[in-house]
Amino acid sequence: MALGKLFRTTAFKISIAYLVISAVGAGLVLGTIGWNMKHVIEDQISQTIDTNIAGLSEQYALGGIRRLVNIIHRRTRRPGAGLYLVTTPAGEPIAGNVVSLPPDILSHSGQIEMAYAMPGDTGGKHRALARIFVLDGGFRLLVGHDLEEGARLRAILQDALLTSLFWLVVVGTLGGLWVARRVLNRVDAINANARAIVAGDLSKRLPLAGTGDELDRLVQNFNGMLDRISILMAGLKDVSDNIAHDLKTPLTRLRGGVEQALRTAKTPEDYRGALEKALDESERLIQIFDALLSIARAEAGAGREGMTDFDAGSVARDVGELYEPLAEERGIALTISAGTGLTLHGSRELVGQAIANLADNALKYGAPEGAASAAAGTVEISARRSCGFIEISVADHGPGIAEEDRMRVLDRFVRLENARSRPGSGLGLSLAMAVARLHNGSLHLEDNKPGLRVVIRLPAAPRRRDAEVSLAQTKPDKAA
Amino acid sequence: MRILVVEDDTEAANYMVKAFREAGHVADHVGDGIEGYARARDENYDVLIVDRMLPKLDGLSLIGSLRAQNIQTPVLILSALGQVDDRVKGLRAGGDDYLAKPYAFSELLARVEVLARRNRAGAGEETFYRVNGLELDRLAHKLTRDGKDIPLQPREFRLLEYLMKHAGQVVTRTMLLENVWDYHFDPQTNVIDVHISRLRAKIDKGFDPPLLQTIRGAGYMIRDGSR
Repeated sequence: MALGKLFRTTAFKISIAYLVISAVGAGLVLGTIGWNMKHVIEDQISQTIDTNIAGLSEQYALGGIRRLVNIIHRRTRRPGAGLYLVTTPAGEPIAGNVVSLPPDILSHSGQIEMAYAMPGDTGGKHRALARIFVLDGGFRLLVGHDLEEGARLRAILQDALLTSLFWLVVVGTLGGLWVARRVLNRVDAINANARAIVAGDLSKRLPLAGTGDELDRLVQNFNGMLDRISILMAGLKDVSDNIAHDLKTPLTRLRGGVEQALRTAKTPEDYRGALEKALDESERLIQIFDALLSIARAEAGAGREGMTDFDAGSVARDVGELYEPLAEERGIALTISAGTGLTLHGSRELVGQAIANLADNALKYGAPEGAASAAAGTVEISARRSCGFIEISVADHGPGIAEEDRMRVLDRFVRLENARSRPGSGLGLSLAMAVARLHNGSLHLEDNKPGLRVVIRLPAAPRRRDAEVSLAQTKPDKAA
Repeated sequence: MRILVVEDDTEAANYMVKAFREAGHVADHVGDGIEGYARARDENYDVLIVDRMLPKLDGLSLIGSLRAQNIQTPVLILSALGQVDDRVKGLRAGGDDYLAKPYAFSELLARVEVLARRNRAGAGEETFYRVNGLELDRLAHKLTRDGKDIPLQPREFRLLEYLMKHAGQVVTRTMLLENVWDYHFDPQTNVIDVHISRLRAKIDKGFDPPLLQTIRGAGYMIRDGSR
């Protein structure tokens, strides 16, 4: 079972593939060597034969057939001698060590390959390379050389090839199994931890081998992903804790007020007062609930199908005008500077609400503290185009938000210390942020020196109503 | 006026029916969509209040069926789904107004009364409104009180126009935000109140009787105080 698992691993399959490639390579190399050697040997043999023939025909010219026969007798008696045969012009053998010859071979001239047998040979015929030379008197001289040497070499090479293939297969398979086992062990360890994580232990991480190889890099990335998920989960838990807290607080007040009225109220006026309070509390609960729903909807990307093209400038002017009397009542000068033709594709309603939330915040928290300069009492709402984006900003000259708090205030229900005494749910900025993201945009908190400037950057609607183009334009910003 | 409440939550419907009766209206209640459709088709109601999620036939289909039969009784949709796109869907389906649950009864009453009156007055838009000595001319974009010109900013003019169009009726803050500004969100601060007090300073200050009145716990109303 475990072995079957090993055989199925990718590492093993890759090893086998390499094995086959190496085997074919080795075969080709040895084959080429063998083929080349055969040629070299044959060349050498034919040269030797030529030299012999030249020498023998010289001896024949010097001492006639008798001398030649003597020399051949002498030569054939030496061990490992070549093939020699002298015949009469009619083909009768006179001297030599070749017994059986293929018929008609002597009428050939030049170099031939033939089968022959030696006297006393029992092991069948051998192959030899030979040359027939016709001497002056019509005698024929055959000089040959055994080819068994080449065959033996080929056999050695074949042997070497088979042996090396055998070892290649054995070592390759074992090596493949070893590599596969190593990789499998690591993958098994990763899988075990992954299962633990799936089972709910998000604190676990995948094991690193420390080799820095591709598996390690993969593991590192997965661990990074897990870190990100943990952060998100923690955020989610914070959110639900906050929701529980911020909804339960008014619920507790509501319940406490009703209980107290039931216990202590005596006159109809007492009851009326208690009921009015209860109504106020339930109203606040509904507001928080609605705001949470709006944020959740926007974050989930709901309402995209209802989006239209609208002018962000006129929305900014509308909201500014809506809040202007309130600002005046609070002694704050509200100025609006909005260009024209700032076309956005999105939800006019949600963008309007986002700007309204920012304006509301600016009027609530951006008010000058104590006696301040004239500039302190101004809030500016502006909308302008900035290279493919539409920037809507609301700026005040109040105390601002410290750099370290800026990320925090975007979370749901976060209210800074000096805001706790004033009414509010801590959801306004969260909703504005969610709306910005719904429109593929972003929200930034900046230092207005002094004060706070909140900027919503939204991608401007493409001039042509082409969804593909709009998507392509917004992507880089999302990645950033 | 006669009101039909189509709502499957009996307790909520009973509160509603009782409150409408206290306000001097006749209100009936049915608990499912099929019966609601039958009653709305066969009887003569001034306004229908329809919950979106109903047994047997859902609210939007009910409205669709009525409109297909060319029954134009105004419909106010009540729904737990109160987001912008839900509202748009409801109005597209043939509803005339949309109110998210939970609601204040004063809000529901004000909207129902405006719906019923709008239907009775007919489709034609008036161009001239008069309450006591206050006269608003839509075409000339002119406002006078007791013959004296009162200059108004465009938004103030539209605000007053809406109030005068519904003179004698309670108009809530959200109705003003919806109809004068065309936004449906709930501003955290009561910005509408400040607009009203500004308007009041222009049209009531120095004149008698005061016409723009605050209805406690509900909203505002323009009415002839002498009556």
